Amino acid sequence: MSVRHALLALLSEGPKYGLQLRQEFEERTGEVWPLNVGQVYTTLQRLERDGFVASDGDGGSSTQKAFQITGAGVAELDAWLRTPPDLSSPPRDELVIKVLVAVRVPGVDVHDVIQTHRRRVVELMQEWTRLKRDAGAQDVSLALVVDAELFRLDSVVRWLDAADSRLRRSAAVAKPLRDGHTPSAAPAQQLEAGARR
Amino acid sequence: MSALELSRVSKIYGNGASQVHALRDVELTVEPGELVAVMGPSGSGKSTLLTIAGSLEEPTSGEVTVLGVRLSHLSRNMRAALRRRCIGYVFQDFNLLAGLTAAENVSLPLELDGTSIKAARAAALEALDRFGLADRADRFPDDLSGGERQRVAIARAVVGERRLLLADEPSGALDSVNGESVMRVVRATCQDGVAGVVVTHDAQLASWADRVVFIRDGRIVDQTAQPDGPESLLEADPAR
Repeated sequence: MSVRHALLALLSEGPKYGLQLRQEFEERTGEVWPLNVGQVYTTLQRLERDGFVASDGDGGSSTQKAFQITGAGVAELDAWLRTPPDLSSPPRDELVIKVLVAVRVPGVDVHDVIQTHRRRVVELMQEWTRLKRDAGAQDVSLALVVDAELFRLDSVVRWLDAADSRLRRSAAVAKPLRDGHTPSAAPAQQLEAGARR
Repeated sequence: MSALELSRVSKIYGNGASQVHALRDVELTVEPGELVAVMGPSGSGKSTLLTIAGSLEEPTSGEVTVLGVRLSHLSRNMRAALRRRCIGYVFQDFNLLAGLTAAENVSLPLELDGTSIKAARAAALEALDRFGLADRADRFPDDLSGGERQRVAIARAVVGERRLLLADEPSGALDSVNGESVMRVVRATCQDGVAGVVVTHDAQLASWADRVVFIRDGRIVDQTAQPDGPESLLEADPAR
């Protein structure tokens, strides 16, 4: 989350004070990201140093200054909005590694491991959904934030479902692996390669 | 008194070598006002569970109790009467009658059960109003959006004195925003004291439930714990 660019976005509507920016930031992000007021002023000072905002006071306390966005700040905000986030490199996914390892550990039922994670993710989704439900359909900012989290968690459940199904179908391969006899080198090498990711 | 109780319910289709165990010793209790999601992959037995809970099918063994009444103690006609009066069904493809308006679709089950046309229409209009569809009462299903059609189907399922709502993938054919509006209606219905059971393979839909039960190969294998409350989301991950 870029606090820096969120503050520029709020300032693009007009000059504002630090406390006002903090309050509006929390409102616009569905109050899911609490923001420390010190963080607001530190970020504003850096934005001013970089020429992206200007303040109306000289040498006074930050709390008494109104800040406004500069032309360079508008350009910076526009560039940031259009720059895609880095989705390219696969993350080192701890869950994937746990499932890959569970396939190989003797005495561990990988399907139980998958179900444990599936349940926990669904429990998290229930909590997010409850947050959205209690807020009502009118709180669009909150709904956008919660939807993003729900879609992310949903993709984890889908992957777990697919892994569960794939492992059941290839039980003939998975069972000898658990017994310590690798039927062919290829699947084991794939697992090791995956676990090293 | 529980709204629904399944006790050691099993269902076997076929016989001999071609036997299929659709359900095995299923135990499930749903209280009034509770919304339970049954989540599992295709072929896990979740739709069979729903049809047996709704007395559309009989179990091979075990007992189903709806609102304190053991279904095995009822004659066929009495089971049908219980279905009409107490249980509402919602399906993925809505199953609305195309030749009837929204209000007529909703009032039909009451009329079939002997309620006067006038009283049935009043109850239907009240149900449609509760689900934000008052201005759609005289439209035909073809003139409604998918989300509106499903909300009409839910109104039809809970109109009158129905206390048990059974839904099979109720938002499966809808986009996520329309699916959400359907689940908001299902939740509101349960808050009024109706017990709900939704079967689905969709985690987003299931997450609207108070409790999610996981089914696999005809067995209930797990269920979610009581929630900690939304505050825990903000504390769960310091990096967030």
